[in-house]
Amino acid sequence: MPPPPIAVRIATDWLHARARWQPLEVLFWLAAFAAIWLLRDRHLILTEIAWLGLFALSLDLILGYAGIISLGHAAFFGVGAYTAALLAKYNIVGEPVLAMLVAGVAAAVLGFATSFLVLRGSDLTRLMVTLGVALVLRELANRYGWLTGGADGLQGVTIKPLLGVFDLDMFGHTGYVYCLTVLFILFVIARRLVNSPFGLSLMSVKGNPLRASAIGISVDARLVAIYTVAAAYAGIAGALLAQTTAFASLEVFSFDRSADLLLVLIIGGAGYLYGGLIGAIIFKFMQDYLSELTPQYWPFWIGLVLVVIVLVGRERISSWTAPIRRLVGHLSWRMMIRRFTLSPDKGH
Amino acid sequence: MLTIISDGIAYGMLLFVLASGLSVTLGLMNFINLAHGSFAMAGGYITVILVNRLGVPFFAGLPIAFLASAAIGFLFERTLYAHVYRKPHLDQVLFTIGLVFMSVAATDYVMGSSQVFVQIPHYLQGQFEFAGVGIGRYRLLIIVLCGLLTIALQFILAKTRFGSRLRAAVDDTRVARGLGINVNWVFSLTFAFGSGLAGLGGALGAEILGLDPTFPLKYMIYFLIVVTVGGTSSITGPFFASLLLGIGDVAGKYYVPTLGSFVIYTIMIVVLIWRPQGLFARAASR
Repeated sequence: MPPPPIAVRIATDWLHARARWQPLEVLFWLAAFAAIWLLRDRHLILTEIAWLGLFALSLDLILGYAGIISLGHAAFFGVGAYTAALLAKYNIVGEPVLAMLVAGVAAAVLGFATSFLVLRGSDLTRLMVTLGVALVLRELANRYGWLTGGADGLQGVTIKPLLGVFDLDMFGHTGYVYCLTVLFILFVIARRLVNSPFGLSLMSVKGNPLRASAIGISVDARLVAIYTVAAAYAGIAGALLAQTTAFASLEVFSFDRSADLLLVLIIGGAGYLYGGLIGAIIFKFMQDYLSELTPQYWPFWIGLVLVVIVLVGRERISSWTAPIRRLVGHLSWRMMIRRFTLSPDKGH
Repeated sequence: MLTIISDGIAYGMLLFVLASGLSVTLGLMNFINLAHGSFAMAGGYITVILVNRLGVPFFAGLPIAFLASAAIGFLFERTLYAHVYRKPHLDQVLFTIGLVFMSVAATDYVMGSSQVFVQIPHYLQGQFEFAGVGIGRYRLLIIVLCGLLTIALQFILAKTRFGSRLRAAVDDTRVARGLGINVNWVFSLTFAFGSGLAGLGGALGAEILGLDPTFPLKYMIYFLIVVTVGGTSSITGPFFASLLLGIGDVAGKYYVPTLGSFVIYTIMIVVLIWRPQGLFARAASR
């Protein structure tokens, strides 16, 4: 077998360097898991952070890596939530972990079906189509009230013990472990995905679809794939919400939810996977604090944050955290530079 | 049947007045303004305050609502929007959603969250029979007023110097700039005028559409439908789109009330997939 061409080697080296776990990343997850024992009285809000983080991660996959602006990501979240709640209520799939996976598949099917709608058109068209899909689902959930409980929400859901062993208690202890584990596993998969050649090709599609297709990347297939994956993630996040609260209501489809989600991701920064998680932490604590001050006028502060972020500029905000990220990237970047300078190809 | 059509036309005309400003700003600056409904809400509430609390006559309240919304629009355009034109669409969306949320919460804080109504004069209430069809007087007024406005708009756009500058700027901003047209100024004026129209629409429509702090969120999708389906290259496109939407929505809610707005959203998705440039748009010029 002949040695691979130099370009392929550089590309794989680059991907390997990106895929390596950084010390801070390890620390992040250690802290998250340590919270199981250290922050026992905060488990309810931590549970919310976990599923919100997963939801934001799902948006990051399509916004940060594929450049699709969605105002209707709550559609998949809602489908996942209702699927999980209905499965539990009618005892079709009693075991929550399995039900969560089924909810993810249901959302993925919807994601696959609607992904063809976002392939065409400008940002505005995509925006409206995604928004429209969420609105249509909300109308459907409202119309089929005998199944979904309509405007009152789906009540009387009892969630069985996880894996038949662990009961979901009202303090959220089990719930947090459950959500965090799911989040971690899905995060690792997403991390693997975006640091693969597939992820690299996605980023080239985001950068310039025309050029990407000119160098032989089938743009549509890539977008369909990532949209489906992101939908599955959002569905699982919705299922986690429904299972930890034993409730699902029309609110899961609401426009506010999609808009809040955009804010979560933007606070943390899109396009490096951790943005959604960090954004979820900041968002939830901010919400906790501000809604205690003025519960009714909480949207005002969301709006203010959005306006300020845009006026200051997202790039500038992310540049404030640049020293930290440089520190994080330091080790692997040094390694990469060494590899590059050692490579025999000097002239490229 | 004819009542539905006349109601639908009134509703559609209102939507057109509300959304026409948006279609121009979108076409001119390629700027996604989700906060357009906030200006309409401002106009509506200003009329409510003037007419209900201060006792200003209804017909005097309308022009004031127009001017006040236009002034607010102008102010916002100069101070805030101007910074966001060159940013990516994502930023525009975030920014205008932020404005919507702020306006919703602020209105809630100042005016309360319950629905409010404008006291319309007695002689505009009730119905009259015309060729066997019952038509609400207020609805007829809306049709007439909005019809006149549409004609005036078409006239301004087609016959005046400002209109031709505006059309030039929409067709090709760069060349228009090169010809010495002050596109930013044209845009500011248009934005203010569009906001004023939205405010007028909000004032007129408070009776029919209902006015509460969530107004900008509730009707955002409708304005966007008018603009995307109608296209941004003319005002006849959005006009017909509004009429279709108005009649379709009224008829849909009358004949299949259980489906709610389902029909409209589905039609919107289908149209956007079938003709991403809008139903009435010319072949893409750019």
